[in-house]
Amino acid sequence: MKNEKKYLFDDPKNIKRLMHIFYACCVVLVVLDFVIHRHVMHDWENLWAFYPIYGFIGCVVLVVVASWMRTFLIRSEDYYDKPNTSDVNDGSVTDTSAIKGANHVDD
Amino acid sequence: MWMIDIPPFVPFFIGALLLIVSRGLLRSAIMLAIPILSALHLMMVPEGIHLQFTFLAYDLTPYRVDKLSIMFGYVFHIAALIGIIYSLHLRDTLQQVAAMMYAGSALGAVFAGDLLTLFIFWELLAFTSVFLIWARKTQRSYHAGMRYLIIQVLSGVILLAGALFYAGENNSLAFGYIGLDSIAGWLIFIAFGIKCAFPIAHNWLTDAYPEATVTGTVFLSAFTTKVAVYALARAYPGTELLVYIGAAMTCFPIFFAVIENDLRRVLAYSLINQVGFMVVGIGIGTALAINGAVSHAFNDVIFKGLLFMSMGAVLHMTGRINGSDLGGLYKTMPKTTILCIVGAASISAFPLFSGFVSKSMVMSAALEEGFDWIWLMLLFASAGVFHHAGIKIPYFAFFAHDSGIRANDPPNNMLLAMGISAALCIAIGIYPQALYSLLPYDTGYNPYDATHVLAQTQLLFFSALAFVWLNLKGLYPPELRSTHLDFDWIYRRAMPNVLQYSFAVIWRVDRALRDAFKLRLNACINYFAGKNDRISLLLSRDYPSGSMAMWVAVVLATYLFLSFIQ
Repeated sequence: MKNEKKYLFDDPKNIKRLMHIFYACCVVLVVLDFVIHRHVMHDWENLWAFYPIYGFIGCVVLVVVASWMRTFLIRSEDYYDKPNTSDVNDGSVTDTSAIKGANHVDD
Repeated sequence: MWMIDIPPFVPFFIGALLLIVSRGLLRSAIMLAIPILSALHLMMVPEGIHLQFTFLAYDLTPYRVDKLSIMFGYVFHIAALIGIIYSLHLRDTLQQVAAMMYAGSALGAVFAGDLLTLFIFWELLAFTSVFLIWARKTQRSYHAGMRYLIIQVLSGVILLAGALFYAGENNSLAFGYIGLDSIAGWLIFIAFGIKCAFPIAHNWLTDAYPEATVTGTVFLSAFTTKVAVYALARAYPGTELLVYIGAAMTCFPIFFAVIENDLRRVLAYSLINQVGFMVVGIGIGTALAINGAVSHAFNDVIFKGLLFMSMGAVLHMTGRINGSDLGGLYKTMPKTTILCIVGAASISAFPLFSGFVSKSMVMSAALEEGFDWIWLMLLFASAGVFHHAGIKIPYFAFFAHDSGIRANDPPNNMLLAMGISAALCIAIGIYPQALYSLLPYDTGYNPYDATHVLAQTQLLFFSALAFVWLNLKGLYPPELRSTHLDFDWIYRRAMPNVLQYSFAVIWRVDRALRDAFKLRLNACINYFAGKNDRISLLLSRDYPSGSMAMWVAVVLATYLFLSFIQ
């Protein structure tokens, strides 16, 4: 390929800068928790840094559970395109084409 | 003032006819003019019933305007206009006519004042929109469209049955509050629920929308589910069951969205998640909650349209839509990237974007009415939607690893459509009073108080932090070329397999039974034949039938011979 133009995030320094700004924002937001007087509607909101912790843990749980779900939900990309494959794992369904009389032919 | 009597679906249907006979620039002009003129017309229409006639002793009201329906009327006009601008480059009569009819059907449904009119437009929605899926012209889209059509028509049939029960019970077809205390109520509830993508009835959406054309998905995302939300808001406000169904809808799709590879399918899952918020609002049923549901539907049409448009632009320009194939597109598609991020920020409900001013109403209403656990679920879903729609979509399409694809920004009409949507998202976010003034109730709600802004920002930033942390740790599930099983596996795989297997068993048993029966029958016949042989030698089979024929011939020949010699 020809000498490609350098783009914004090709330089790792820029990514680093962005991340630092992002971390700084997170810290500021937690500090603001103590500065701004909040009028809460629910007891849970009085807990220390309730929203940041809930958001963080919620997302980690989301991803961990989704990854775990993937272990048994994942199939090949063309799973539904192949008619009647036998890679169904529930045991009750077997490859029916081998059974005598599976295709109904009247004699 | 006969002009007032023209329901908004009429210009769209006439427009669809005009499209068939026009070409080129004229066609584009007609397509643009219709939603604009119709919207201007709608703004002049006062509230009330504008069209009514009697049919078989029932009062039919095809055109009724009130605060609730006009809200959806406006947003459908906006969605139609944006979708049309987005698809101006198309040279495909079928799609353009179908889209026009589809938008008209949605408008017909929200202004329907009786169940029969609603049913007609309910079915028209299905029959017109399916062409937007089939227009992709692939084997997959054909099958997906078929499944979509079957499920949608089923919903319509249940609605019709419900309407008939309703007419029987109340001697009226008027479409107002119905409630869940009769068979009619339940049937209509199920019909609405299917179109609204309730859990386990949701797969038509995640199945069909990603298989539709680039421009078709933009139309699809705007109308069908929002008509269902409108219908629920009209007929079942304050039904507590909806709170739990809606909360389930906000939570379960985000798990699938996190692992899904097809980015338009990710958006389809997040569409269910957003509709969940609306359903919760309707279920709570207070003025604030209904306002929240309706305004969120309004905003969702725009920001979800924007996201589908940006992913459509990616698909249009690169021919790919899987997260595993994309990445690094910000380099050559900067405008699309920025517009997509605006949509992502809106759906994630960042302060100053449109999602924030409407979603917060539903959340506040849930707390006010004491649905604490539901509120926690909604909060989790808010964090989750940011995770998959807010970060995952832009990140995997435009950033992440460099896929080496160097596609340009899409044609100007697509950029313009996305630009209008993005401008609306920001405008509504900054100045929500404009939106609030259209809402059915006046609640004096203000989303921009310090507590609320801080809470939402904290929630979102720390969700993003979780994404960063998981990515750095390598815990984030990579984008894989894959299919993930969902409930549709039941009717696409399990049921056909079980049926095939059971029929195989039935045929086998049937064959065995028939073989056994034939065996018995033969034995019986042989038995009787043997008996016959023994009791009567004359009738026994030792005399061939040929000999009898010969003897008859001999007798006849003798007669002939005798007749000659006489």
